[in-house]
Amino acid sequence: MSTYTTEESTVEVAAAVDAPSAERLSSLDTLESEAIHIIREVVAEFEKPALLFSGGKDSVVMLHLATKAFWPGKVPFPVLHVDTGHNFPEVIDFRDRTVERLGLKLVVGSVQEFIDRGELAERADGTRNPLQTVPLLDAIQRNKFDAVFGGGRRDEDKARAKERILSLRDEFGQWDPRNQRPELWNLYNGRHTVGQHVRAFPISNWTELDIWRYIERENIELPGLYYAHEREVFARDGMWRAVGEVSQPLPNEDVITKLVRYRTVGDMSCTGAVESDARTVADVVVEVAASTLTERGATRADDRISEAAMEDRKKDGYF
Amino acid sequence: MSTETLAAGLETALPTTLFRFATAGSVDDGKSTLVGRLLHDSKAILADTLDAVARTSADRGFGGEKGGIDLALLTDGLRAEREQGITIDVAYRYFATDRRSFILADCPGHVQYTKNTVTGASTADAVVVLIDARKGVLEQTRRHLSVLQLLRVAHVIVAVNKIDLVDFSEQVFRDIEADVQKVARELGLGSDGVADLLVVPVSALDGDNVVDRSERTPWYTGPALLEVLETLPAADELEAELESFRFPVQLVIRPQGALAPDAVAAGLDVEAYRDYRAYAGQITEGSVKVGDEVSVISPGHEPRTTTVVGIDFAGQSLEEAAAPQSVAIRLADEIDIARGDTIAAAGTVRESTADLYASLAWLSPKPLREGQKVLVKHGTRTVQALVRNVTGKLDLATFNVEPASNLELNDIGHAQLRLSAPLPLENYLHHRRTGAFLVIDPIDGNTLAAGLVKDHPGDHEDERYVI
Repeated sequence: MSTYTTEESTVEVAAAVDAPSAERLSSLDTLESEAIHIIREVVAEFEKPALLFSGGKDSVVMLHLATKAFWPGKVPFPVLHVDTGHNFPEVIDFRDRTVERLGLKLVVGSVQEFIDRGELAERADGTRNPLQTVPLLDAIQRNKFDAVFGGGRRDEDKARAKERILSLRDEFGQWDPRNQRPELWNLYNGRHTVGQHVRAFPISNWTELDIWRYIERENIELPGLYYAHEREVFARDGMWRAVGEVSQPLPNEDVITKLVRYRTVGDMSCTGAVESDARTVADVVVEVAASTLTERGATRADDRISEAAMEDRKKDGYF
Repeated sequence: MSTETLAAGLETALPTTLFRFATAGSVDDGKSTLVGRLLHDSKAILADTLDAVARTSADRGFGGEKGGIDLALLTDGLRAEREQGITIDVAYRYFATDRRSFILADCPGHVQYTKNTVTGASTADAVVVLIDARKGVLEQTRRHLSVLQLLRVAHVIVAVNKIDLVDFSEQVFRDIEADVQKVARELGLGSDGVADLLVVPVSALDGDNVVDRSERTPWYTGPALLEVLETLPAADELEAELESFRFPVQLVIRPQGALAPDAVAAGLDVEAYRDYRAYAGQITEGSVKVGDEVSVISPGHEPRTTTVVGIDFAGQSLEEAAAPQSVAIRLADEIDIARGDTIAAAGTVRESTADLYASLAWLSPKPLREGQKVLVKHGTRTVQALVRNVTGKLDLATFNVEPASNLELNDIGHAQLRLSAPLPLENYLHHRRTGAFLVIDPIDGNTLAAGLVKDHPGDHEDERYVI
C-alpha cells in the first residue's frame, strides 16, 4: 500500500523528479495523438464528415492533423467555408491554394447570397460574423454532412470550456449545454438520430500557445497577415481596424500606417489587428507566451457584445 | 519579464509534458477558489479576464472594506447556469508551468457528484479531493474516494482547505489526515501498487501550500499542491511498464492509388505505396516494436498471430511506439482486419467472451432495468447487449452492497450483460482502457453508463473489487 504520510511524501515526490522522463511524449505529441485519434474516430463512425476551413490558424492546424491521420492517403472529406463576403482577400487566396495543394473538395456557404436573396439582413453594426449560422446550417443540410469538424478550443471562451469534443446538435444546429453526454476515457459516442448532426472539436484541449508551438514545430504555412506587416489602420473600439472595401473609417477616425499582425482571422469588419513586430513564427510564439490579453478579448468585436456572446451564438447553431 | 528572458525560458523548458487532473468537492469546500488560485498564481489568467473579475468583485462588495478579487469568479459558469441556478457538469481549464501543461477537469460536486466525478476521473492522471478543515471527512468525501478507487485513479490528492480558519492547527490537520487514511484503507485505495494518496494542508483563499510552500504551516514538510502536480508520474508513464500492448483498430489505411497530392509532390514513391495497407489506431496500453509478434483478435476467428513489420506515422517510420501514440501499423501477413478488431502482444489476451460482468456507474436519468436492450461500445467496436440482471448496488458511504433490481442516476452497481458478439474484455483493475466501456441507449443514442469490466465469477477475482 502506497499511502504516504506527509513526512514520507517529500521523499516520494523527490524521487519522481529524478525518474527518467525523457521517454515521455511531449505535451504537443500527446495533444497531436489525441486529435488524430478523434479525427479517425469521426471518419470511421460517420457517413459524411466535413471540415470547417476558414484559413484561420486553428482550421489550418486541423487540416494539417487530418493529413497526418490518413497519410499516405488523401484527406477523406471535403472542407466547408462559410464566406461572409468580408473576408481578407489574402485569406481567401490562401484557402484556395491549400485546397488545390491537398486535392480537396471545397464547399462554400455564402452570406452574401443569403443577403442578396433577402434571407438574411445586414446588421446595423456592419459585422457579418453572427450571420454565418444560417448559411452554415444550410450547407450542412444541403450536403447531408453528419459530422462537422471545427477548430474550436476550450481555452477560448467559457462556453467552449464546457462543450464536449463531440457536440450533438439538433435539427436547428442548436447546442444544449444542459443536455450533454458525459465523455468518458477515450471512448467517443457519436450516435445521432435523423436530422441531428455532430460538431467535432479534436483540438479542444489545445491552447493558443500550443497552436503556435505546433505551427512552428511542423513548419505549417499560414496566411501572411498572422505575421507583422505594415498596414493602413484606424482605431475603433480600442482595436486597430484595417482599411478595406467593407471596413471604412468614419470622418473622425484617422488613418495611419502601423506595424501590425492579426491574432485571429475573421471578418475584416469585426477583427482587429494588434501592434506587433513579430515577423516570424518564433517571434509569435514568444509574443503569445508573453501576452497579457486573451486572443478574443484583444481582437474580436463580436465577442465584446456581451459577456455571454459566444454562449448565445453557439445555442443558435454557431461553430 | 522581458521578451528575451522569456524566449530563453521557453527554449530550455521545452518539451513540457501533459498532465490531466480533476478536482472534486462541493461548492462550500472552496473548490472554485482553489481552482481560481491555481490559475491565478500560475499566471494562466490574462489581464482582460482579471479586470472583468476585479470589476465584478468590487460590484458585489467582495472582501468587505479591504476589497480584493474573488478568485471563485474565474471559474464562473455560463449565463444559462446562473439564470437557472444549476451547474453544468465538467468544465475544462488550462494552465502551464515550465515543466508541464495541465488540463484541469473542474467537476462540480454538490449535484450529480457521481456522474461528474466519474467523467472527470476517467481521463485524469490525478484527482484533487477537497475537504473543509473545519468539517473534516464527510460522507461526500467517502463517496468521492470510493468512486476514485473504483476508477483506479493513479494519484489521489486530498487538499485540506481553509486551514487558515482553524488557525493553521497541526492537530486538526493530523486528525483529518488519519481519518482520510482510515477511509483509504477500508476502500483499499492505493493498495494495487499503482495508486497513491497524498494529504496537503492548503488555504485556497490566501494561497498557502497551493503554488508555494507556506511559512504558516511549519509542521508540514511536504510539497505544495502544484509541486505535487508537477512531479507525479502521469498514468501512461506508470502503465506503459505494467501493461501489454493493446491497439484497437480504428480504420484501415489503403489508398489504392489515391495518394495525398502533397505527399506525392514531396517525393513519395508512388509505385512503392500502390499496395500500401496499414491499420490506424491509438495505442491504448503498453508499447510495440518492429519485429514484435502480435495477435489479431476479431470476432468469429481464433486469434491469429503475425509480426509487426512497420510502424508509420505521417511519413516517419518508427522503430517503436507506446501509449498514447496514434500510429499506423503494418503486419507481415495478409490478414482480413477491420475496424473493431484488436492487435495485441501475442498470447497476452484471453479468449473473447459474450458474457460481460461489470460495475456500472449509471449516468442517465433513464433507469436501467433488467431485460433492457442496450449498446456497448468497447474500444472501437459497438455491439448490442441484453441486460440479464442487476446483482447489486453499492452504498458509497458504507461501501456495502445492497440488493437491487435496477440502477438510477448516480448509482454504482453490478450487472451481468449478454453481448451479441464476443469481445476481448479485460478486467478494469489491470487494464484501465480495455477494461472500460460505454453503455449507450439504442433509441436516442445517449450515453447511459460508464462500465468497468469485472472478472467472471468463478475466475480468480480480487476480493477488493467485489462490490
